[in-house]
Amino acid sequence: MTEVEMRTVTFILNGKSTTVKVDPEKPLLWVLREDLGLTGTKYGCGMAICGCCTVHLEGDAVRSCVTPMSRVEGKRVTTIEGLSHDFSHPVQRAWMELQVPQCGYCQPGQMMSAACLLAQNPKPADTDIAEAMSGNLCRCGTYQRVRKAIHLAASLLIERGVAE
Amino acid sequence: MRTTISIGACLLAISAALYATVRRVSSEPNDDAAARAAFMVAYQVFMHPRCVNCHPAGDSPLRGEDSQPHTGLRLRRGPDGQGVFTLKCTNCHQSQNHVGPHMPPGAPNVLAGGALDSTTPRWHLPSAKTPMIFQGRSAAQLCRQLEDPSQNGGLTAEHLIHHVSTDPLVLWAWNPGEGRTRPPLRHDEFVASVKAWLDNGGACPK
Repeated sequence: MTEVEMRTVTFILNGKSTTVKVDPEKPLLWVLREDLGLTGTKYGCGMAICGCCTVHLEGDAVRSCVTPMSRVEGKRVTTIEGLSHDFSHPVQRAWMELQVPQCGYCQPGQMMSAACLLAQNPKPADTDIAEAMSGNLCRCGTYQRVRKAIHLAASLLIERGVAE
Repeated sequence: MRTTISIGACLLAISAALYATVRRVSSEPNDDAAARAAFMVAYQVFMHPRCVNCHPAGDSPLRGEDSQPHTGLRLRRGPDGQGVFTLKCTNCHQSQNHVGPHMPPGAPNVLAGGALDSTTPRWHLPSAKTPMIFQGRSAAQLCRQLEDPSQNGGLTAEHLIHHVSTDPLVLWAWNPGEGRTRPPLRHDEFVASVKAWLDNGGACPK
């Protein structure tokens, strides 16, 4: 059995410089959950299909279960814990207002995708939402509340003056 | 009459100049039969799912041996071919294949100097402006598309040979990961057939 070569990887995690010594091929998801204790990001399929593990890498909604640490070196990563420090992000406010989750397991991924969508398209139409959220599966079927919450978050963004 | 002929001659000259962007200028006489035969060899690769799946007729990438849409995902090409919003190609595809069946395949990016960047993925469709459709194209249609400046985005013979010889996305077709077939020719045979097509004048099948 060959020994895995560990490497020091430094990246910006939720705004703070973070250094870990890991196998560079280890998925970001497991570094977040096991090495750094940030368990908000969930493991779903491990195949980049379900979207549970979605985090932001340089603003893009990547699947952390298939993203190796070698790709993360020097980059900005935002997890559900870093969306805001006081639950003030419009997506968080909308999710709470409309009580979106049922079991809740997929919701961190849903919220990270929603935040990514709104950052690129502050006033999405239903078709934009259906398209952008098609990579996030919810076995409870909260899709309609997710869509409603994204519209609400968009209006909160406008109120906050970010979108316009 | 003279004016008509002059305009016609100009159009022919312009057309020839445009076609010269892909067709090589050579002092050797063209061998149209050899060019067509070489293109038909390369066409077997162009039409293989490893190539067709990223050169679709529609606006979304395909997958699998039967070139089906990505189940469930509403993927879209986007202006630069990299996907849109939350569904960009490299959100899932990495710089190498993941081990195991049905895992996302991947290829490394290319740095400005031509070296491979093994930490950054390269996975995309052609851009919306130049979609370079392979799916459903006959050999004649595909050949004409490759040579048509209005469809090929300014492709030259050198660009095309460089693409098929060195682009990590093309090379990936011969290292596609578990559960995916390779094209019917070896990579060097494919490149040789593209070169032979161009060296013999780039004539298209009829």
